[in-house]
Amino acid sequence: MAEPVIPDFGEASDCVAENRFFCTDWVRENWDPVLQPALVQHIYLTAIAVGVGFVISLGAALLAHRLRYVERPVAIVAAVIYTIPSLALFQLLVPVTGLTVTTVEIALVGYTVLILFRNTLAGLRSVPAEVLEAARGMGLTRNQTLLRVELPLAVPAIIAGLRIAVVSTIALATVAAFVVSKGLGGPILGALRLDFRTEIIAAGALAVGLAIVADGLLVLLQRAVTPWATARTAT
Amino acid sequence: MGTVRPRTLCAVRDRRQAVEIVFDHATKRYPGRASPAVDDLTMTIPAGEVCCLVGPSGGGKTTAMKLVNRLVELTSGDVRVDGRSVTSLDETTLRRGIGYVIQQVGLFPHMTVAENVATVPRLLGWSKQATRQRIDELLDLVDLPARDYRSRYASQLSGGERQRVGLARALAADPPVMLMDEPFGALDPITRTRLQNELLRIQQQVRKTIIFVTHDIDEAILIGDQIAILREGGVLAQYDTPDQVLAEPADDFVARFVGTDRGLKRLSLTQLDELQLEPANGAAGPVLDGHTTLRDALSTMLNEGTRTVVVEGDDGTRQMLTLDRLTELLK
Repeated sequence: MAEPVIPDFGEASDCVAENRFFCTDWVRENWDPVLQPALVQHIYLTAIAVGVGFVISLGAALLAHRLRYVERPVAIVAAVIYTIPSLALFQLLVPVTGLTVTTVEIALVGYTVLILFRNTLAGLRSVPAEVLEAARGMGLTRNQTLLRVELPLAVPAIIAGLRIAVVSTIALATVAAFVVSKGLGGPILGALRLDFRTEIIAAGALAVGLAIVADGLLVLLQRAVTPWATARTAT
Repeated sequence: MGTVRPRTLCAVRDRRQAVEIVFDHATKRYPGRASPAVDDLTMTIPAGEVCCLVGPSGGGKTTAMKLVNRLVELTSGDVRVDGRSVTSLDETTLRRGIGYVIQQVGLFPHMTVAENVATVPRLLGWSKQATRQRIDELLDLVDLPARDYRSRYASQLSGGERQRVGLARALAADPPVMLMDEPFGALDPITRTRLQNELLRIQQQVRKTIIFVTHDIDEAILIGDQIAILREGGVLAQYDTPDQVLAEPADDFVARFVGTDRGLKRLSLTQLDELQLEPANGAAGPVLDGHTTLRDALSTMLNEGTRTVVVEGDDGTRQMLTLDRLTELLK
């Protein structure tokens, strides 16, 4: 007796069998095995990309803030990376780093740098001249001015950059499925091949929801760390 | 005091002695400019006095002031604070010992009023306790109740309040020297007058050596113990007391700068109760109190069409001032 070649997936509900617009029963059944792990992977992909991108951008921005001539080369390189279509970038990286998470992260990090670098530098440069003069006049050293004045005042611009970077990385990270089956792109890509609506909508909605929640959290973070920016003005 | 004393740490109440500032052939040239910004400036500002630097724009007033805390570096000559050349000190150490107030205030927008005032004490490593005590003391001095203002941000203050905080911040570590660059220039006239008077009151208490830059000769006359008038090219045209500058302008430039109403301005320097007056002996005329300036007394005479005003002292005694006497005084 030969074993059945086709594994037993159990009974599909009518909704799933007929591929109706959206089947809640499928979502309930597949939350644990499919959607939830994909969501968690997606959060990891995004967090690593934005985290690494932020560290690189902050370093580059601090350097460009002190040495003006650094700005242009960094901005050009970041802009060039930004314009390469993601699939093309994956194609370029796969021969080097293979079908790995590293490939995906390199691409995702690359896309965050332009936004984060520009915003951070703009923030550092937005400090009013009289504030810097007062700082110098009171005897703050250059590093003290950077740490106590320029960086804190750049925080709103930095967080504004992080918000754009996080939301765009969440969207972009779905493309990671072309390289590794990680993140919400996996279910979406699979469902696209089968034209299974419920899975496309469910995974897509999770990505959108994740973006909204992440953005909201960053807004709350900004309010918490820059109380001065939202302080009521004099009456 | 032979040398600048080491930075006081916790001795908040230990008032420092005021110190003398000497400009010794101080010159600042910017590369690529034909004439210097400050040209061979030599003058001595006595300890505890206010020296107003006035003059038209391009006269190098601000540049001259910034030579003291080395926001501008000397090209030649020297500036000495308390006998020590500013170039002999480390920039940041020098600046932490000199209060600095600018027109746009430059409060740190991300810090509260208290944190702003605490800037230099923190840099100097004062204890939390001493810093806090000092903040309250200073906010009190500049007439901003600490309870209401301590936790506010700059965006929650009016222009006048911001400059009061700026003044408190500059005074925080009790520096013997203060540099003030048109501090009241951006304020409305009423707030401005109020702050000018506050500064005079505060100066009575703290006795700092102050360099006060302004383009407003009236402000200079009101605030300054000494006035230094700089003309274009950073040349010192006259350095004297307000009374002398008004009475005997050194040249046409100074005369034009102080204005043709300098006689009236001079009258505003003196109050009636500072004069030896004749007893009224029943003379009739408008009655003024002793704190009236001679300028206002003259104005009253002109308004009322009389040649005599009666001055009533705080104790009720009556004396009189005549137009002839007023004319005498200007000689």
